[in-house]
Amino acid sequence: MSQHKLDARRILCPLPVIRTQDKAATLKAGDQLTVTCTDPGALNDIPAWCRINGHKVIHTEQQGDEVIITLEVGDA
Amino acid sequence: MTQPKAISLISGGLDSMLATKVVMDQGVHVEGINFFTGFCVEGHTHAIRKRDQKKEKRNNALWCAEQLGIKLHIVDVIDEYKDVLLNPKHGYGANLNPCQDCKTFMIRKALEWIEKNGFDFIITGEVVGQRPMSQRKDLMPVIAHESGAGERLLRPLSAINLPETLPEREGWVRHDELLGFNGRNRKPQMALAAQYGFTDYATPAGGCCFLTDEKYSKKVVDMWEHRSSRDYELDDIMLLKVGRHIRPRPNFKMIIGREEGENKFMEGYRRQFISLHTTSHNGPLVLLDGKDISTDDVELASRIAARFGQGRSADSVTVQAVWPEGETRDFAVSPMPVHEIDESWYV
Repeated sequence: MSQHKLDARRILCPLPVIRTQDKAATLKAGDQLTVTCTDPGALNDIPAWCRINGHKVIHTEQQGDEVIITLEVGDA
Repeated sequence: MTQPKAISLISGGLDSMLATKVVMDQGVHVEGINFFTGFCVEGHTHAIRKRDQKKEKRNNALWCAEQLGIKLHIVDVIDEYKDVLLNPKHGYGANLNPCQDCKTFMIRKALEWIEKNGFDFIITGEVVGQRPMSQRKDLMPVIAHESGAGERLLRPLSAINLPETLPEREGWVRHDELLGFNGRNRKPQMALAAQYGFTDYATPAGGCCFLTDEKYSKKVVDMWEHRSSRDYELDDIMLLKVGRHIRPRPNFKMIIGREEGENKFMEGYRRQFISLHTTSHNGPLVLLDGKDISTDDVELASRIAARFGQGRSADSVTVQAVWPEGETRDFAVSPMPVHEIDESWYV
């Protein structure tokens, strides 16, 4: 299991989801990916994308104008 | 027999959701695909504008996929889509919407996806006669042919009215369990939605694409007319969704934030454009988009910018101009009276 980061700031929905999807596709099951966004919609969209694609949201938080989401890549 | 596999174009609207469900109920493994062109209405302006931030922000395509219990693949086609918009073989609709070419392009991309991923056919939620450009009965075979999908394209909601396709002939789906919807009447879709228990679905009044919007299309045309080429980058089409656009002179236009959310969004562009903000009074952030912008241009823009701030009635307003390289200069200006702002300047 390894940790990865993705900067998805200053882009708007659905681009943070697309960037997350494309990054997750390069990772192994069990890897963790932390995505930082400025579009508050990501707080809904990335977890929704995780639910339907078999990934697990580990942690979400808001720090000022930033939304930080950590997910664990699933087997899919 | 192995379970047949289909990819369904999920727009986030009801029709694609129903079409997917109809095929899923026949035992086909379905996954969704959604293409992001840059012009999708989905959430952008809501995300930007402060006053909309209390509204629920959901991506309807993701939401539909979750309701259906299927995977969704969202594909960035921003660069490839330029050719569709700039050179539509079948022309534009009422505005800059190249609907027929757009549909053909998306089905072609879906075809590439199924060929790469070992899927069997493509599903769309198209209904014969529902839309004047892209869903006419005579155009549906043209779109199937020009996309390259041919008989691998199934339109489950109107399949009874259309020639048999490969999934029907191969027995992957049962033809008599498909539907014969026709025309603009939405009642059959709503009845089917009720039958499936879908009570919450997106009904975008103006469609899901900014290019169908008259005001947005005018801004795109204005941008092209004042540049040396009909081209665009993602930042261009994003900024066309934000603020008031005023072109007081041919060589530049002003993008004036309308509220806090837009100002904040535009902040991110201050390293690309000359920006203006009033320092003596509260006021909007303004970006100047153009070329060869002179000091005289900036002063004129400062007078207009002052008009849109709280100092609009003051004798003098201080406007600070910041160049992308970091140079700053203050202009003490009298706000331009409203009658001097020519209506034709508004883009």
